[in-house]
Amino acid sequence: MERDDLIVNDSYSLNARHGEEEGKKIRKKLYMVTAILTILTVFEIFMGVYFKRNGTFTWETIKLLFIVLTLVKAAYIVLIFMHLGDERKNLKYVVLLPYALFILYLIFIGLYEGLSVQHLNNTFR
Amino acid sequence: MAGQAQAVSKDQLWSGGQSPFGISYGKMMMWYFLVSDALTFGGLLTAYGVIRHGSADLWPVGEQVFESLPGLHGSYPLIYVALMTFILIISSVTMVLAVEAGHRMDKKGVIKWMGYTVIGGLFFLGSQVWEWSHFIHGSGGGFQLSAPMTVAATDDHNQPIAMELTGGSWVHMTSDLGHAYEHAMEHGDHIEISNGKLIVTPAAHGDHDAHGHDAHAEAHAAVPQEYPLEIVLNKYTLEHKDGKDLRKLTVTGEEAEKIMKNMASNTLVFGANLSKNEYAVQQQYANFFFFITGFHGFHVLQGVIINLIIFIMAMRGVFERRGHYEMVEKVGLFWHFVDLVWVFVFTFFYLV
Repeated sequence: MERDDLIVNDSYSLNARHGEEEGKKIRKKLYMVTAILTILTVFEIFMGVYFKRNGTFTWETIKLLFIVLTLVKAAYIVLIFMHLGDERKNLKYVVLLPYALFILYLIFIGLYEGLSVQHLNNTFR
Repeated sequence: MAGQAQAVSKDQLWSGGQSPFGISYGKMMMWYFLVSDALTFGGLLTAYGVIRHGSADLWPVGEQVFESLPGLHGSYPLIYVALMTFILIISSVTMVLAVEAGHRMDKKGVIKWMGYTVIGGLFFLGSQVWEWSHFIHGSGGGFQLSAPMTVAATDDHNQPIAMELTGGSWVHMTSDLGHAYEHAMEHGDHIEISNGKLIVTPAAHGDHDAHGHDAHAEAHAAVPQEYPLEIVLNKYTLEHKDGKDLRKLTVTGEEAEKIMKNMASNTLVFGANLSKNEYAVQQQYANFFFFITGFHGFHVLQGVIINLIIFIMAMRGVFERRGHYEMVEKVGLFWHFVDLVWVFVFTFFYLV
């Protein structure tokens, strides 16, 4: 069987090459993303430890912010580090659409079923 | 990176002879694998979310459970987990730099950055080993009360506060007291509680020299050791009353003695294992910790092994002969995925 990862074809990602100049630009972007991810993580810790204790925000707000920040971090990792942002549109949809639905499902099940479990616990404990 | 292909009409795109997604077979399959693997983690986190949301205030708070640093006494909430997260993010960055070097056919660069990635992965695994051992070992242990009682506690501003505890309430020892108690129990020493103190009289250690501290045991043979009693209320849970923060209230002396004597039988727990834990009333807490972080750690271990193989292949010039470094890109996808999962585990297990 012919191995297509050995075939050099212009339309494949195999010869996604770039020169020294472009490399510098890409590396600069990567360092930027690193800084953003680090700052977001530090901010999350700060929120979880101090804002929660001092009551700067309500716990509900903090939880929502956690989820939003996590999704932002995930987007940076998937689109920049995993290069999905540079792929064709159809591949992007194949990967991202199921998860957009799945995250909605996750939130629904967490809240709806969780409340139901809580109700059962309170009733029959 | 795709997008460099010539424009093809839609019916031509799917009629064979070329990759409709503009990527090679191997990379495509790596993406499919990651999409399906993410569902496994998604399932675990969903189950976790349901149980966590369903038990509301009874669930332990991450920053109160994970607040130790190796070799240090005191409270450093979430600092260790933040450090682990940082290590993993940095190793993800070195990975993407290896991919970038590969695009320039820079063999030395690939080897350098792959090497750093492997080291970062090993550091993360090491941190996880310490965290697991700390979690299993516990920090003081806890027990349930057999009867309801009222005790005089002290809050963190040293103000006295009367606390009503129901029967079955979960209370904890401080780590010094708990470790002394656990040690005494393990060695079959005589334990006595009086005058607000824990008094341990070492048993005769004739046949206990397996541990190697026989001489130590003999020196202290008959001398009872005393530890001040100190009980912590709401050690791991979030508790508010009338807008007042009631976490980590300490009870000492006679009051602590009353609590120790009110211990329900068979409820004393040190640390955590698969059937009991000191952190939560629900065993699911410990089980989710073991399973979710364990499953993720197992992925990290696989990632490190695969990265090591690619590192060696790059060193031997396999990819240079092949004419492209796409293999680095493929394992990079897996490694970033491991980082991605950790971002979610970090939020949902440790923060929320």
